[in-house]
Amino acid sequence: MYDAPHTERAVSQKDVKISANKVQVYYGDTHAIKDVDVQIEDKTVTAFIGPSGCGKSTFLRTLNRMNDTIDICRVEGDILIDGENIYDKRVDPVQLRAKVGMVFQKPNPFPKSIYDNIAYGPRIHGLARNKAELDDIVEKSLRRGAIWDEVKDRLDAPGTGLSGGQQQRLCIARAIATEPEVLLMDEPCSALDPIATAQVEELIDELRASYSVVIVTHSMQQAARVSQKTAFFHLGNLVEFGETGKIFTNPEDPRTESYITGRIG
Amino acid sequence: MTDASVNSSEPRRKVSLTETDERTKRRNAAEARFRMYGIAAIAAGLVFLVVLLTTIVSNGTGAFQQTFITTEVYLDPAKLDKKGQRNLDDIKKVSTFGYAPLVQNALLKEVTDAGIETPLTKRKHMKALISASAAAQVRDFVIANPDRIGDTVEFRILASSRVDGYLKGRVFRESVARDKNIDAEHLDLVDALVPLGVVKKEFNLDFILGADASESRAEQAGLGVAMLGSFFMMLVVLGLSLPIGVATSIYLEEFAPQNRFTDLIEVNISNLAAVPSIVFGILGLAVFIQFAHLPQSAPLVGGLVLTLMTLPTIIISTRAALKAVPPSIRDAALGVGASKMQAVFHHVLPLAMPGVLTGTIIGLAQALGETAPLLLIGMVGYIATNFPEGLASGFLDPNSAMPAQIYEWAKRADPAYYERAWGGIIILLVFLLTMNIIAIILRRRFERRW
Repeated sequence: MYDAPHTERAVSQKDVKISANKVQVYYGDTHAIKDVDVQIEDKTVTAFIGPSGCGKSTFLRTLNRMNDTIDICRVEGDILIDGENIYDKRVDPVQLRAKVGMVFQKPNPFPKSIYDNIAYGPRIHGLARNKAELDDIVEKSLRRGAIWDEVKDRLDAPGTGLSGGQQQRLCIARAIATEPEVLLMDEPCSALDPIATAQVEELIDELRASYSVVIVTHSMQQAARVSQKTAFFHLGNLVEFGETGKIFTNPEDPRTESYITGRIG
Repeated sequence: MTDASVNSSEPRRKVSLTETDERTKRRNAAEARFRMYGIAAIAAGLVFLVVLLTTIVSNGTGAFQQTFITTEVYLDPAKLDKKGQRNLDDIKKVSTFGYAPLVQNALLKEVTDAGIETPLTKRKHMKALISASAAAQVRDFVIANPDRIGDTVEFRILASSRVDGYLKGRVFRESVARDKNIDAEHLDLVDALVPLGVVKKEFNLDFILGADASESRAEQAGLGVAMLGSFFMMLVVLGLSLPIGVATSIYLEEFAPQNRFTDLIEVNISNLAAVPSIVFGILGLAVFIQFAHLPQSAPLVGGLVLTLMTLPTIIISTRAALKAVPPSIRDAALGVGASKMQAVFHHVLPLAMPGVLTGTIIGLAQALGETAPLLLIGMVGYIATNFPEGLASGFLDPNSAMPAQIYEWAKRADPAYYERAWGGIIILLVFLLTMNIIAIILRRRFERRW
């Protein structure tokens, strides 16, 4: 369906972090994701684009088993992270989610202090042995979240008191505080203004150095700006997957072309 | 199509905005009428409330005052300790019948010393003025202080309920004609004694703290022991219904799968909230008393029955509070790798706490005022022992509860008890009001502060 030689070339260049094979997702009787195969690379930003309801967010949530919280949701097929099937019976989703962090569409800081927001993950996973180590983790995470300079003087202030863009960067910092290997972002900028969006996009670009980032976005410009790989979803199918530049300039599938030129979606 | 519709609406546009058209006038009139209905409904509610409160206060405040007689009683050794050895066992042999004449003598002496002219010159005549509790009060004093025998000691004793009623405007000269307990002459005597300060209406703490009394001693009855019974019941209700209710709601709301079985449980919980309380009463009678053989009239059983009643309230309000916590908070916690239980206990439950506490207190207030199930399990014990003993008796000894005690009083023949029932209602309302205020304060305090 997509350009096979392309993928092979990508594999030869970089390690595959997540490999999905014949993934099907059902919500009750609705077949939401149909036969999706995708290889997501390490230290790369992969964008999922597609019209509303195409299944891109659903697919993203299968990658850290957030769909487990929905009773009627059923996943079939294999998703391998570093060669391990995350839908194996022996896999504890809690451990998985420490390895695969997630940032949500709406900034959702806990109604606690900025410090506690960041420290919560490391605390429950026992990443810090004492207060000093925890302080270090908090500072490091906030720095990588590109928000340290704005909040370093008010770590005790409530996280919900920050502006929308700051809250989202706080949530990103919270997600990376648990030292994940993959970062999933579900439309992280849809609730932000252009300036905050630019800051978050810059941050995503920096994060690429250490993580495999998967981002769902409605904005094709955003996908073009931040990602190296792009996957186009339509009606539950993965229509096309490849280098971002190629998808946007020379798509192979007519549906992709229709979408990026604004005829469907 | 579009052009045509624009054209057809053209003539209407000519109406000036400063003139209200017919349709708008009718709509505005309808809105004004609706507001009127609303205000009228609220006004009617307020009128009922005011009428209710004034009735309660005007009928009930009398119960907080009681008529006392201050008199000096000569503790006659010839009557109280015939052997003269001050042996406590001998002293205890003298019953209250031995003390009553001393009290009556004391009052008669007050009358003659003051030079009041009255046809009531005999000791026996004084009996109608004095409460039957007075002899017991003097006897208790003597047993506690045997060395005072032979002295003249000042006592503040209760006047009989008829005298009390006369001073409170409940007993009239016309009505005593048919009353064999008291005569018009007695009332004249009371009139004469009031200016001397011998007979005085004072605040009566014993009404709030005291024990119940027999039918003929309305002046002595108090709500204190029933209050204690209610307190023990509320402890049981709080201790059981809060953990059970909160655990149930958390499980149903956060963990339980959505299936037929949980749907059934949900429907049943909602229905339980609407089950008449007397049904819980008879259930308690059958299960806790007849089957489990728990003691009758015990606050423990009352508390268990009221727990059954309170649970649905707490479960429903807790679930509503949990539902109100935005799902994004759960996602956030799960997203950083918290387990479901950690997400609930670290993030969701703290945010739902104000709702949980409010629901609990409202449920407790409901339970505090509940009467019908208590009647069925016999929580209408007649307890005449006063505080220290009553306090020690705890969860398993027979007791009464405030609303049940009020019901008991309202049932009794003496109009003095009618007044006490209203007074009891005031105390009950004060408790309920306090609990509601606590609920509001807790809500404010624990509400999401940012």
